[in-house]
Amino acid sequence: MPLADINWFYYAAPQRFHPLAGRLAPWFMAAAALLALAGLYIGFFVAPTDATQGEVYRVIFIHVPAAWMSMVVYLAMAFWAAVGLIFNARLASMLALALAPTGALMTFVALWTGALWGKPTWGAWWVWDARLTSELILLFLYIGYMSLHAAIEDTRRADRAAAVLAIVGAVNVPIIYFSVQWWNTLHQGASVSLTRAPSMATTMLTGMLLMALAAWAYCIAVALMRVRVLIVERERHAAWAQEALATP
Amino acid sequence: MSGGIGPALAAVVQRDLRVALRRRADTFAALFFFVIVASLFPIGVGPEPALLARMGAGVVWVAALLASMLSLARLFNDDFHDGTLEQLLLSSVPLPLAVLAKTAAHWLSSGALLALVSPLLALQYGLSGDATLALLAGLLLGTPLLSLVGAIGAALTVGVRGGGVLLSLLVLPLYVPVLIFGAGAVDAVQAGLAVGGHYSLLGAMLAAGLFLAPWAAAVALRIAVE
Amino acid sequence: MNWTSAADFFAMGGYGLYVWGSFGVTALVVAGELVALALRRRALERKDSFE
Repeated sequence: MPLADINWFYYAAPQRFHPLAGRLAPWFMAAAALLALAGLYIGFFVAPTDATQGEVYRVIFIHVPAAWMSMVVYLAMAFWAAVGLIFNARLASMLALALAPTGALMTFVALWTGALWGKPTWGAWWVWDARLTSELILLFLYIGYMSLHAAIEDTRRADRAAAVLAIVGAVNVPIIYFSVQWWNTLHQGASVSLTRAPSMATTMLTGMLLMALAAWAYCIAVALMRVRVLIVERERHAAWAQEALATP
Repeated sequence: MSGGIGPALAAVVQRDLRVALRRRADTFAALFFFVIVASLFPIGVGPEPALLARMGAGVVWVAALLASMLSLARLFNDDFHDGTLEQLLLSSVPLPLAVLAKTAAHWLSSGALLALVSPLLALQYGLSGDATLALLAGLLLGTPLLSLVGAIGAALTVGVRGGGVLLSLLVLPLYVPVLIFGAGAVDAVQAGLAVGGHYSLLGAMLAAGLFLAPWAAAVALRIAVE
Repeated sequence: MNWTSAADFFAMGGYGLYVWGSFGVTALVVAGELVALALRRRALERKDSFE
């Protein structure tokens, strides 16, 4: 059928997105599980030991996917928040709010696994390099977004104020990254020089990519599940929501 | 409206400054907070001159950040509660310009004062003359940015319960680049390295902030009030 | 196969703490997120039954 005939905004209504999300989420979760299984198998049983770092490099199979997702989810969150702000689209704002906790947890995992990788390899749990510092700030931005939303009672105002914050934050992250990088190059003597990620054997790369895809699928699945709960929470008094709650 | 936008903005600045003058206690409280915080660090870490000279810039800058935060809450909240803010939104003055005017008045009654007092604190930390100058220059360039970015946070949290602490939470991460280059300028001078880059970047951020921050804060104000 | 025995696998060449500390916490985080979401959904259903 011609493109113009398709109602592109059919699913923009929370009521219609709810069942769609309900059908999609299990598929993404299943994909996440399968990809993770494959990725972890390759990561532990196929990929060889690293010449320089030994076995500890295997943290990379969690650390890098989590770090990637922490940034991707933030961008998605800021994007949907902006859509919700500009077009006054409630569902978009809900999607942004649903993504936030998952993004924050990915950021935490990235920081945690980074520290556990850093201690045996650099000798320090924490260093103030550009990536770690920016990642830490990213965590603060996620927390700020969720805190601001929670502090404002009126839902629409909360959505829109948090959207402004998300957008301002998105603009800021590259600036922060750049400034910390500058700051580090100036203090080259004092800073710990990072070893690059081990030069990737193909098996290592494959494992990492599979885990990255798994993380992506997981984040989508959880966001869909959370937005369903959010939709029902907000539309609780509508008849369709009551029915949706009644049926398991 | 007689007179046009210029006089209207001047009136906004004047009013805010007059209010700040009347509320001298608030203004000085933030200033004293700045001095006290900066004075506590040597007590906490010990009086060794070399250590203090190394950390002086960072401590004074962080203290300035925190002190700026104290006065940000009143940027829009008082006007929100007495209806002036709604009047501002309804007037024919473009809201971003009005925000810029209020931010300028805020800076004059907070950040500017902090910057001017900073040489005294530099004495406490034994910073050299050049380093003190770098501290002063950096703060003069950076504190307007604190007011500008802070205005966005203040606009987002206007009228929100517990807004003061929340405001700090939202805004402090955004201050990181300013902190890095401001304190970094003093470091550079102390290390005998070129400092021009730091000032350039602070200046560039200030220029961008002057354009973008009032606009973002205006958007946030409309969201808060409408 | 990289590992000659299960003990080898868990030791991770001496880095067991770091590797399993990473994967373990990640597993906890994922489980925690899913449990929290399930609890939130259950609270919703319970609250609604009172109306």
